[in-house]
Amino acid sequence: MRRRQFLTLSAASLGGVLVFSLDRKSSLLTGQDKRLRIPLRFFDESEALIVAAAASRIFPSDDSGPGAREAGVVIYIDRQLAGPYGRDRFRYSQGPFEDAPAEFGYQGKATPREIYREGLKNLKGFDRLALEEQDARLQQIESSLFFSLLRRHTIEGMFSDPIHGGNIDMVGWQLVGFPGPRMSNYDDIDKHFGEAFRPKPVSLRQVTGIDVRPSEDEK
Amino acid sequence: MKTLPAVDVVIVGGGWTGLLMAKELGSRTALSVVVLERGGPRKTEDYSTDMDELDYAIRFRMMQDLSQETVTLRHSPSQRALPLRQHGSFLPGSGVGGAGEHWAGVFPRFVPDSFELRSRTIEKYGAGRLPDDHSIQDWGITYDDLEPHYRRAEFLLGISGKAGNLRGTRIDGGNIFEGWRSTEYPTPPTKIPYVSSLFREAAKSLGYHPYPMPAATPSISFTNPDGVSRPGCTYCGFCVRFGCMIGAKAQPTNTLLPVIQKQKNVSIRTGACVRRIIRDGAPPNAQVRGVTYVDASGEEIFQPAGLTILASWTLNNTRLLLLSGLGESYDPATGKGAVGRNLTHQVLLPAATVFFEKPLNRFMGAAAAGIRISDLDGDAFDHSHLPFLRGGSFAVLNIGSGPIANFGVLPPSVKARWGSDWKKAGLHYYDRTGSIGFDGEHLAYKGNYMDLDPTYKDRAGDPLLRLTLDWRDNERKMAEFATAKGVELARAMGAKEILPFPGLRNYDATRYQSTHIQGGTIMGSSPDHSVVNPYLQQWQFSNLFILGGSTFPQNAAANPTPTILALTYRTADAIVDRYLKQPGPLA
Repeated sequence: MRRRQFLTLSAASLGGVLVFSLDRKSSLLTGQDKRLRIPLRFFDESEALIVAAAASRIFPSDDSGPGAREAGVVIYIDRQLAGPYGRDRFRYSQGPFEDAPAEFGYQGKATPREIYREGLKNLKGFDRLALEEQDARLQQIESSLFFSLLRRHTIEGMFSDPIHGGNIDMVGWQLVGFPGPRMSNYDDIDKHFGEAFRPKPVSLRQVTGIDVRPSEDEK
Repeated sequence: MKTLPAVDVVIVGGGWTGLLMAKELGSRTALSVVVLERGGPRKTEDYSTDMDELDYAIRFRMMQDLSQETVTLRHSPSQRALPLRQHGSFLPGSGVGGAGEHWAGVFPRFVPDSFELRSRTIEKYGAGRLPDDHSIQDWGITYDDLEPHYRRAEFLLGISGKAGNLRGTRIDGGNIFEGWRSTEYPTPPTKIPYVSSLFREAAKSLGYHPYPMPAATPSISFTNPDGVSRPGCTYCGFCVRFGCMIGAKAQPTNTLLPVIQKQKNVSIRTGACVRRIIRDGAPPNAQVRGVTYVDASGEEIFQPAGLTILASWTLNNTRLLLLSGLGESYDPATGKGAVGRNLTHQVLLPAATVFFEKPLNRFMGAAAAGIRISDLDGDAFDHSHLPFLRGGSFAVLNIGSGPIANFGVLPPSVKARWGSDWKKAGLHYYDRTGSIGFDGEHLAYKGNYMDLDPTYKDRAGDPLLRLTLDWRDNERKMAEFATAKGVELARAMGAKEILPFPGLRNYDATRYQSTHIQGGTIMGSSPDHSVVNPYLQQWQFSNLFILGGSTFPQNAAANPTPTILALTYRTADAIVDRYLKQPGPLA
């Protein structure tokens, strides 16, 4: 059995302490340099650091607001890969496996876990490169299946309900102006024409008061 | 194999059709009825916590588990088919309620001439206009036969809308191209979201006749003729791929189950995966004796029944007939046999993706709340000088805007696909993007059909169903025409930028189109080219009825559930009023 792996992050880097204002300018609250040790389910620590760095180049933290780092995208991806999705629990995985035109969808045998493990081999030391070098490295693998998964999972980790480990404190939803599972828009659906209507986001657990179990926690 | 005591009726599948038939037989007869559903039980309360885009809309929590069973696809008979390993162009459901739980609830009737497509087309344009390799057929019924049953279906579900043709009188603001209807819709139209209101004004300015989409998410609370009440829609935006958290969207579990649960003569067995239909004797004395299924524990069970009703989803209806050797399977080379023929989907595409200056608040909405036009549907416009037959409807709906699926839909001017520029563009356009959807008719062709795959198997070792399916010129040219019209509409909506649909090439199993895939056990006026008669009774085996989209000879340009439910009502009447009094062929 492998040694238990952790990802150590500073609380200040995560969305939990972000204040996000309506004009899309983010500001960090100060004095939060506590270290957080997050148990990893699939990656080892060095893999997690590479994935975190790469996701952060795909969806950067910049003057348009927080990104993959503050949303905890790497935590999201780690949990997805550890769960049923990561091992293709719901995919038809009987052979023979054959190459096919794109209209037939992914026909490969490799599971998301296997695609990541293979893809990460080529990104050793990525997290220690300068940002420009990181971008150049990602451009080289842009057309790979691994990169397309990483990009897709980064979007998922930015915008899925916080029960899945990403979108911490709903930073992603605040960024795009999505209010989450709002029970009723009855009084607003036919108003606010041409103007941004941005109710404060709420998560599934906040709305339902129930400890909803995400699919990655299932067998 | 264990043999259970015989029941009067066994129904395969617990979705819209199976449960509607169970409810009708349960309330109108004393027959013992068993519904076999391969998935698990479901109830309205299950959906109070389902508003999670990732697990439901992206990971397809409510859909069929493809690790157990999928279908294979090829574009032509000369190719080797490959399995559809993940969900894509259509989304089969599973569990009580089936796909009727996670549907959109869009509820238009088919245009009247679609039921007589072959004869009407020949009458107007001559037989030479039908495509070379078509297998278009009349249904064996007319719109007038179905109208009373459409009405019953609309009242069962409490559909919201506005009539455009009341007993022949055209009414502005409704769909003036629709067939006559005997009554107004049960509930008034839904509220109309901003982007749909832009479409309405644009359509009017171009001379079209926009109307509110008929919706199974009712505008107000409604009590149906069975006494079942549902609340009005709150426009939360979690309809498609979700069950409705408050039970507003009509679903089998909130519309039919409350009645069935009180019926002592009807029971539903979940986890019961039907493997074969068991036959006895040869025509003309052929009968079906019931079905075998595997229960949740893996035990194989024979359920004898006097009457067998096949009511699983389109593709599985066909597959069960093929696996059971029931009826002659279709051979495209000779045109003989009917099981598997006339596989159709729909020409469903985003004619124009529209980028606006102003935000749209797209998170608010319902999958069926919006505006539609039918000026270019069916044969409402002259095709004498057009390079294709038939047409479709355009609609702009606010179906909710899950940010996982919708972030990163960008205008052609943005080239970045990741990094800062992409992120900025994504944030800007996320709520400034609309879509003009086109839903077009799909004709039937000799070369589009279903049979059993020679290579790929399900978990139990049975062959998968093989789809041979591709577009022809008619669909490709219709798509081009629709795209050009969509771009005109987008301009009239005040688009800042427009992304036109790139065109149909080969059938693409990765782009979600609709779950409206039809045919395989089609109805018709002769056993030579159809599997069931116009009462959906199998021609040779008179105690077998087949319900659902698998009975459509070809696909009209509208969502099929209203027609499927209307046909089910008509068959229920035929069984109760005629068949039970004198069992035997009804046609």
